[in-house]
Amino acid sequence: MTDTLMPYDEALAQFEPVLGLETHVELGTVSKMFCGCPTAFGAPPNTHVCPVCLALPGSLPTANEMAIESTIRIGLALNCSIAGWCRFARKNYFYPDMPKNYQISQYDEPLCFDGYLDVEVDGRTVRIEIERVHLEEDTGKSTHVGGATGRIQGADYSIVDYNRAGIPLVEIVTKPIPGTDRLAPEVARAYATELREVMRSLGVSDVRMEEGSMRCDVNVSLMPRGATEWGTRTETKNVNSLRSVERSVRSEIERQAAILADGGRIVQETRHFHEDTGLTTSGRSKEEAQDYRYFPEPDLVPIEPDPEWVARLKAELPELPSVRRRRLQADWGVSDLDMAAMHNADAFVLVEATVAAGAPAADARKWWMGELARRANEAGTTLAALPITPAQIARVTELVASGALNDKLARQVLEGVLAGEGSPDDVVAARGLQIVNDDGELSAIIDQVIAANADAADKIRGGKIAAVGALVGGVMKASRGKADAGRARQLILDKLGVTE
Amino acid sequence: MSLIHKTAAELGRLIATGETSSVEVAQAHLDRIAAVEPKVHAFLHVDPDGVLAQARAVDERLAAGERLGPLAGVPIAHKDVFTTADMPTTAGSKILEGWRPPYDATVTQRLRAAGLVILGKTNLDEFAMGSSTENSAYGPTRNPWDLTRIPGGSSGGASASVAAYEAPLSTGTDTGGSIRQPAAVTGIVGMKPTYGGSSRYGLIAFASSLDTPGPFARNVLDAALLHEAFSGHDPMDSTSIDAPVPPVVEAARQASVDGLRIGVVKEFGGDGYQPGVLARFQEAVDLLESLGAKVVEVSCPSFTYALPAYYLIAPSECSSNLARFDAMRYGLRVGDDGTRSAEEVMALTRAAGFGPEVKRRIMLGTYALSSGYYDAYYGSAQKVRTLIARDFEAAFHQVDVLISPTTPTTAFPIGERADDPMAMYLADLCTIPSNLAGNAAISVPCGRADEDGLPVGLQIMAPVLGDDRCYRVGAAVEKAFEDRWGGPLLKEAPAL
Ligand SMILES: [Zn+2]
Repeated sequence: MTDTLMPYDEALAQFEPVLGLETHVELGTVSKMFCGCPTAFGAPPNTHVCPVCLALPGSLPTANEMAIESTIRIGLALNCSIAGWCRFARKNYFYPDMPKNYQISQYDEPLCFDGYLDVEVDGRTVRIEIERVHLEEDTGKSTHVGGATGRIQGADYSIVDYNRAGIPLVEIVTKPIPGTDRLAPEVARAYATELREVMRSLGVSDVRMEEGSMRCDVNVSLMPRGATEWGTRTETKNVNSLRSVERSVRSEIERQAAILADGGRIVQETRHFHEDTGLTTSGRSKEEAQDYRYFPEPDLVPIEPDPEWVARLKAELPELPSVRRRRLQADWGVSDLDMAAMHNADAFVLVEATVAAGAPAADARKWWMGELARRANEAGTTLAALPITPAQIARVTELVASGALNDKLARQVLEGVLAGEGSPDDVVAARGLQIVNDDGELSAIIDQVIAANADAADKIRGGKIAAVGALVGGVMKASRGKADAGRARQLILDKLGVTE
Repeated sequence: MSLIHKTAAELGRLIATGETSSVEVAQAHLDRIAAVEPKVHAFLHVDPDGVLAQARAVDERLAAGERLGPLAGVPIAHKDVFTTADMPTTAGSKILEGWRPPYDATVTQRLRAAGLVILGKTNLDEFAMGSSTENSAYGPTRNPWDLTRIPGGSSGGASASVAAYEAPLSTGTDTGGSIRQPAAVTGIVGMKPTYGGSSRYGLIAFASSLDTPGPFARNVLDAALLHEAFSGHDPMDSTSIDAPVPPVVEAARQASVDGLRIGVVKEFGGDGYQPGVLARFQEAVDLLESLGAKVVEVSCPSFTYALPAYYLIAPSECSSNLARFDAMRYGLRVGDDGTRSAEEVMALTRAAGFGPEVKRRIMLGTYALSSGYYDAYYGSAQKVRTLIARDFEAAFHQVDVLISPTTPTTAFPIGERADDPMAMYLADLCTIPSNLAGNAAISVPCGRADEDGLPVGLQIMAPVLGDDRCYRVGAAVEKAFEDRWGGPLLKEAPAL
């Protein structure tokens, strides 16, 4: 069954969306949240397990202090208050990939609360209020074998890998976000992007959405224009990329609008986003809300962060992405529009790294936003995924600045690097792309070109210096682009006895 | 005197000096176990070859000059709720039948490190839920004083094994009285240390905020030696207290109450208490006064609410703690025929694997934690808990220790309360407050009730981390009574 969708513009004409995002971030701690098992991704199934994370009878959790510290740093970076005293709580429900059949989480006493994150969309700043940041443990990972959907219903059997069970997870919950209007999808994406940048700057997680180390659940509800009461919301899970965050909001707005316009009602439920179709499908209904029977975790002592320690963590926070962007924008002398373009293209970090590797900002930006953006686009990939490093780009700009390459040759060098032919210097050597700087060789080419263009040569001798362009063009052509155009021009004028 | 009748301290000394060997001592106890187990049924698992191998290893360590503790080479019976890597661990439940843990509990590790020889695993009420050991899935244990009566619970195998001279020492766990009540009704010593004073790592959880491992012995000094051997901070248990073990052995040797202020809890006594129990308790009060203690009455009004609060908190925690028994990773699995869902297999396994008392408590706890009921039940119970802790605090401003009968009655007949859970729950009336407040409490023998000739226990309660006071007062009472009785109370028990 496919859902009816209402075209986006029409949906927005009738309804106002309210957003909410719950983001899970796997912390990059060395060991799990409540035991000493490693957290490394990709190990053979059920090799990173012990009595604690398998919930063997008698085992007890002990809290990972680094995870608590990371969570507090995240809270501070998101302008949250830090609890002076709080507890873990048990969230009770049965599921085969959850070894204890309860998850150690936090309930009404989150470690961090009442913060905000400012994001920029379409030239304006949107403040996203953060309700809470809390710490919990991840579940194992079930794989459902057989059946049509890959979900547990209808599967022949399921296998569970507990390597992920107990990896520290931070959940960041926004307050409801009204007033985004038609920019709702972009705001959702900008928030997720900015949150990811914050996590990266803190160094607390590798925030790889495709590996699931950052996962977004997107809540959307609609209310008729002019209404004051929010509508029933749905929660879309399985949103595995920034682009999907945006698409899922758009698709859910279109779906809900069609239902509401038709006099129907929205079912409060979990929905799943599908990358291939860009649509969401119904998951578990939340109408009969599950009773998780939360209660304070008796196996763990309360967390009481020392205020001095929290103050020190705050003082030692790295420069946050938004601040850094403003500083670099000033350093680089870039317009707001260009900054936004870089941000949207996910080029900012690459440009910054290229500058850090020694390239002038303007050159770094020119290559990433120009030639490389074009090539990424052609290949259907992202800038970050291109097989070229900021250091290599910096080397190319260095070669251009020294006169060893011109822009045309530089593009060929980049093409070679992307094709896997090695470093920029390797490509220059292998393809013989060095600019011709040898006056002897250049002189011979110029003599031929002057001989072949006697009319132009005469005009130049007669003082019409502008005509030299045609001769330089001839030299470049004859040298297959390898000549230094500036030097060629000078030699031509010398040979013709003209001074400027 | 045969080896099985000696104290643990004496056995440790004889083994250390080479007058006997750990193997000899172990063999004597294995022989006793073989002789009386058919009557008592204190053990769920005994592996004689494994026991002798452990004993030989200790003898070799001692021969090699290794300095072990005062209990090196002494045998011990271990409650089957602690994990042991070399023996099955069942918690008295069918749901764990045949499970072999891949790891040792911290208490187990420390027993081994101290050179104690683990004779086997003792019977208990399923998941330590009960006061009679009748809730074991493997049949009841019998009281060595009267084989038709209960040995107390949940650590009934532990108390019976020591009272029947099958072991000089045993481990127990006390969640609502599961060490003190069995000790009282079998005429031995049982100590519940301060919560967090002994590690819960590897103790199969019943109620996490209450469960406390502790020692059983036939005398106060032996209990203190065992207490010292396995207690102390454990980084694997977050709720473990990072403080030195109180000087319990020294206190047991001190055995004096001269100048101490002792409070009698006013709320414990009267209706529902067996006259013979109250008479023995009064005798103990008089004895303490005669030894130079100042005895006063102290009121702890919130103790009246301890039982209902306990029966909300303990089941709530157990309903969550026992959720892990789901047939997925270990233990019993029922109905996995390839057609049923994981959820159905979980339900069938739990229906078949848990006994009626465990199910009752899981349901009680699930209900108490449900949304809409949490505040009225679990929330109120936690408030009562705070009030009880305050009552203790106020009382310990006035007195050094509090005393009461350990249980309202002597050992009741097997089957008598099996169908009346409320009557069963009353067995823990006097012991529960110390679990809720987390303070230390011990039970020592104080004679036999006139009506039935069965042992009565005196409970001595001390503040958090005041465990040494329990031993000091307990040892003084023990010494004075033994002088009066001409030896330990247990000498009066009928031969098996
Ligand atoms: Zn682990």
